[in-house]
Amino acid sequence: MSHEATADNVRDAHIDPPYLYPDYVSTRLRAPLQPLVALPSRLTELSGPVFGGSRVGELDNDLTAQHEGESLGQRIIVHGRLLGPEGKPVRRSLVEVWQANAAGRYRHDVDQHPAPLDPNFSGAGRCATDDEGRFRFITIKPGAYPWKNHANAWRPAHVHFSLFGRNFTQRLITQMYFPDDPLFDQDPIFNSIPDPKVRERLISRFDLEHTVPEWALAFEFDIVLGGRDATPLDEDDA
Amino acid sequence: MSAGRTPSQTVGPFFAIGLPWAEGPYVVPEGTPGAIWLRGTVYDGAGEPVPDALIETWQAGPDGRFSDPRNPGDEREGFRGFGRASAEPAGEFAILTVKPGSVAAADGRYEAPHIDVSVFARGLLKHVITRVYFADEEAANAADPVLSSIDPARRTTLIAIPADDGYAFDVRLQGAGETVFFHV
Repeated sequence: MSHEATADNVRDAHIDPPYLYPDYVSTRLRAPLQPLVALPSRLTELSGPVFGGSRVGELDNDLTAQHEGESLGQRIIVHGRLLGPEGKPVRRSLVEVWQANAAGRYRHDVDQHPAPLDPNFSGAGRCATDDEGRFRFITIKPGAYPWKNHANAWRPAHVHFSLFGRNFTQRLITQMYFPDDPLFDQDPIFNSIPDPKVRERLISRFDLEHTVPEWALAFEFDIVLGGRDATPLDEDDA
Repeated sequence: MSAGRTPSQTVGPFFAIGLPWAEGPYVVPEGTPGAIWLRGTVYDGAGEPVPDALIETWQAGPDGRFSDPRNPGDEREGFRGFGRASAEPAGEFAILTVKPGSVAAADGRYEAPHIDVSVFARGLLKHVITRVYFADEEAANAADPVLSSIDPARRTTLIAIPADDGYAFDVRLQGAGETVFFHV
């Protein structure tokens, strides 16, 4: 990996969206307006929780198998690698996902829009990465979701991802999208990322190689964490 | 192929489907000697509670050391170091923990007892990070290298106040009394 890429990963704050992005209306009263204070990474920030598989049950990575019946919708495999800022795999790290069902409905009291819930789909999954940083979920392709941000506003289909990485500085929550979604252009959350090339990092790649014949389409999504990589603990762990 | 860093996106309003879990708020089990509740409310720029916020905490134990099962001997029985609590439905969160000890800094100084806090919410495109210090640690706070670097007028936003069963610490995302947030 080049020095440029490393510097980008560790120091370039412009990868992320700004806090205040008025087109996404909810940022207007929630974005901090004072500049952030630089906190040189100290012991608290260079350590962090390590869950590994301790919070992961056997079927937690198969969102289609958590109920009596099978979930409705297009069955898909979502897989990829979790990498640290220097491009090294993050091993045995907890990955959490949640999403709407095939009809675009979330199993949450706040989502009351008229699309059906699926009694056989909760929409939450967990897994731990393997020794190569790999994760794999079996799920249903989520539907687009209507919201009230602007007139006729729809979120592109997406899966929410939560990653811990190796320490507190690497914590990331993001969203994975699907290729060629016609809703990208009008979505302020996707477009809040300043650089169009950086936005594309959130779009999964259709993966014919891992698509299972007559069973499920595969999408690949690699995740590269920011923050600091080297910690005293990691050196022991290497 | 060298891939670039993955950008952040908001946690959205529906994180309760996937993130909170029953033991999440319990950094230590109930009944732990010296356990305290860290309670607070997240407010927006209009002074209204933020109901759909998620709080995460990370801290040292009372001995100033961190729980890390990767370091043999460093796994603390009954102390996870990490807490996660939803502020649903009223913007109020609560974490049961123990007060951390002072943490050794590389330069031979000590950091005052503190808890790192991440706040995620709909409308936050990236989480915000702050620190909780304790009002009854005046001497340690005065010597703390991070706290003493903050504009004195804003320092109080990082100080938790003693309360009935622990400490109170509110987060103001924007506007008057805006909490100091850090870039790590």
